[in-house]
Amino acid sequence: MPLTPKERMAIPRQQMPERPADVRNRDFNEVNVGFQESLAQLEANRCLQCKDGKCTRGCPVGIDIPGFLEHIAAGDLKSAAELLLSANALPGITGRVCPQEEQCEQVCIRAKGKNGRPVAVGHLERYVADWARENLDMKTLLAPATGLKIAVVGSGPAGLTCAGELAKKGHDVTIFEALHTAGGVLTYGIPEFRLPNKVIDAEVDRLRQMGVKIVCNVVIGRTFTIDELLNEEGFSAIFIANGAGLPIFMNIPGENLKGVYSANEYLTRSNLMRAYTFPKNDTPIVKGEHVVVVGGGNVAMDSVRTAKRLGAKEAILVYRRSREEMPARIEEVHHAEQEGIIFKLLCSPIRVLGSPDGWVKGVECIRMELGEPDDSGRRRPVPMKGSEFTLDCDIVIMAIGTRSNPLLTQATPGLKLNKWGYIEIDDTGATSKPGVFAGGDIVRGSATVILAMGDGKKAAATIDQYVRTKHGLPAVVPPSPS
Amino acid sequence: MFRILDTKQLASDVKWFRIAAPLVAKHRQPGQFVILRLDETGERIPLTMAAADPKTGTIELIVKAIGKTTRVLFTKQAGDTIQDIMGPLGRPTEIHKVDHAVLVGGGVGTAVIYPLAKALQDAGCFVTAITGGRTKELVVLEDELKKVSNAVYATTDDGSYGFKGTVADKLRELIAVNRPPSQGEPQGCRAIGVVYCAGPVPMMKAVCDLTRPFGIKTIVSLNPIMVDGTGMCGGCRVTIGGKTKFACVDGPEFDGHQVDYAELWDRLGAYKAHEKVALDRWEHECKIGVGK
Repeated sequence: MPLTPKERMAIPRQQMPERPADVRNRDFNEVNVGFQESLAQLEANRCLQCKDGKCTRGCPVGIDIPGFLEHIAAGDLKSAAELLLSANALPGITGRVCPQEEQCEQVCIRAKGKNGRPVAVGHLERYVADWARENLDMKTLLAPATGLKIAVVGSGPAGLTCAGELAKKGHDVTIFEALHTAGGVLTYGIPEFRLPNKVIDAEVDRLRQMGVKIVCNVVIGRTFTIDELLNEEGFSAIFIANGAGLPIFMNIPGENLKGVYSANEYLTRSNLMRAYTFPKNDTPIVKGEHVVVVGGGNVAMDSVRTAKRLGAKEAILVYRRSREEMPARIEEVHHAEQEGIIFKLLCSPIRVLGSPDGWVKGVECIRMELGEPDDSGRRRPVPMKGSEFTLDCDIVIMAIGTRSNPLLTQATPGLKLNKWGYIEIDDTGATSKPGVFAGGDIVRGSATVILAMGDGKKAAATIDQYVRTKHGLPAVVPPSPS
Repeated sequence: MFRILDTKQLASDVKWFRIAAPLVAKHRQPGQFVILRLDETGERIPLTMAAADPKTGTIELIVKAIGKTTRVLFTKQAGDTIQDIMGPLGRPTEIHKVDHAVLVGGGVGTAVIYPLAKALQDAGCFVTAITGGRTKELVVLEDELKKVSNAVYATTDDGSYGFKGTVADKLRELIAVNRPPSQGEPQGCRAIGVVYCAGPVPMMKAVCDLTRPFGIKTIVSLNPIMVDGTGMCGGCRVTIGGKTKFACVDGPEFDGHQVDYAELWDRLGAYKAHEKVALDRWEHECKIGVGK
């Protein structure tokens, strides 16, 4: 018997069960435990089933959110999973790492008012995805094979999504991955305590079952060029999603001392190479007792929480603006605080100090105050003269962003780039080079997993149309999985 | 998986490998490297290719057993496999015609300069190669270099073979004869137009200190610690002319006169303690019979 709106309104938002902060900050197991069935049903019943679907429009991949919540509330997880997966190929991942508070949950009617709390769409998405992974033999129905080869460059969120969509439409998809393992930033960047590898592996396996080939150790731009893939290797179209680029450093003295890492290097060593198990795994990482991480985004949070788990007595986050301007997800900031991360806000490093043997021994910072808003609309931090102070530390991690990676783009004539070196695309995902499409961070700079996935999904639709037109095939609408 | 087809021990701790890696072989150019990972728990290490043959789909590596990974690799035989080989990586060597090109290789650094010899000869250069080691046993690729160079000098620190002294000492002699002309001087015979150099950091520094006063363009191939090899991590950053560069995408070859060698040398030692732990652990495992 469906609940009345009044009954639904009476249910408070259900808390995501978490492992205790002082236990979880010593290992790499997942922080969030996940909803139990009863919690999930209760939470799903909070949805008022609005007819205007604001949440769905707030979702970059357009999930029918009221639809799948209704199935959860009715206890029909199979239907919930099928509906979810029809729009989103990687729900176990997005349910964990999407900034729902800026998307679907932000526009939720239940978020309105002083005491309003949105429906926990992300937690419920994760719940359904995890249930499906354990209990459902998801045989995605594929459209009849077209025999057309399509290459996807990079196996991160954009590449995986695009590959899955194209496979559903009957195409012969090959993903080229530069590293030795699939997953891109999901594998090398996001730590296991936020996104366990088994979730990524399951999603990748599902793609393989759909016939997607994943070839690792191939660097497009070096091992093959884009032109070779098109002209010699028989690919009808290419989707470039080779991801974020070169780490930015601050250009301050002492940045090349031993013990200064980019967040990319620090996280890659720990996540991809499992350096936290050294010497069981061969890749080393320098574990600091006092670690300073510079930055205020999700990557900075991941780095500082990793440092804590690697045994740092003191893991400090240095950010030049105040908490309000922090780009990191609120949940990550909360989790970091619970785990004992120290926040030094409104200050910025001006020099890394070294010992005579070339190791970091501290970082000199200067305090900031917020001035007029800058281009990003956030108030610009202005250094306060004479406010310098020193933080003693043995590791410094720079998590202040990336710039474009020239490796593929420089080796690809005819590919129009913007002034920052990112690939220019039109509204459909097409680049200036015929047959070549792009999405994710190589287009956007630095964005989120879900925006990259949205790009992959959109480009897949464009690519499908492009190759069918090119080869004179009729448009085929793949049968829905149910 | 990448199969090792053939191996040859060149010295007590130096081994040559021919490995099936068709995609890498097809595109590889002189100066480029691969990153390999031996197995599931292995680290990623960069190694410059000594040669490659697109027809047979093979690449050649010359490896000196130093740390755990290279020592494990050293035990591999024909028929064994390497889990991952990624490449070719790095910018290829820029080859220009000059009257006289000198290649200087220290130890296994010779494997880095060896592929340049043929490319430079093909470009019309007179090629002199200097390959050196501490002692006779550590001089590698001399015979191979003779096939693709106009003159080859072997040097040993202890005088056990060839010229007694370092590669830099031999280069000093060569410069005395073949230095580029100063302003107003007539062009001498076989004036050295460029020096390519690879080997231990102190050796590369010594070579650059020698060539700098004569203004001889000197290209060095740097070997900093790397992880991904695609520009993503920045672990391989080096200071070139006061600017930070990433060896994996901006290099590995740089203007040797601009390199901050002290910083490079220092950063190369960042994991010394870890290397010892890994090596000791592996040696212990081998002793008790569980080592890979």
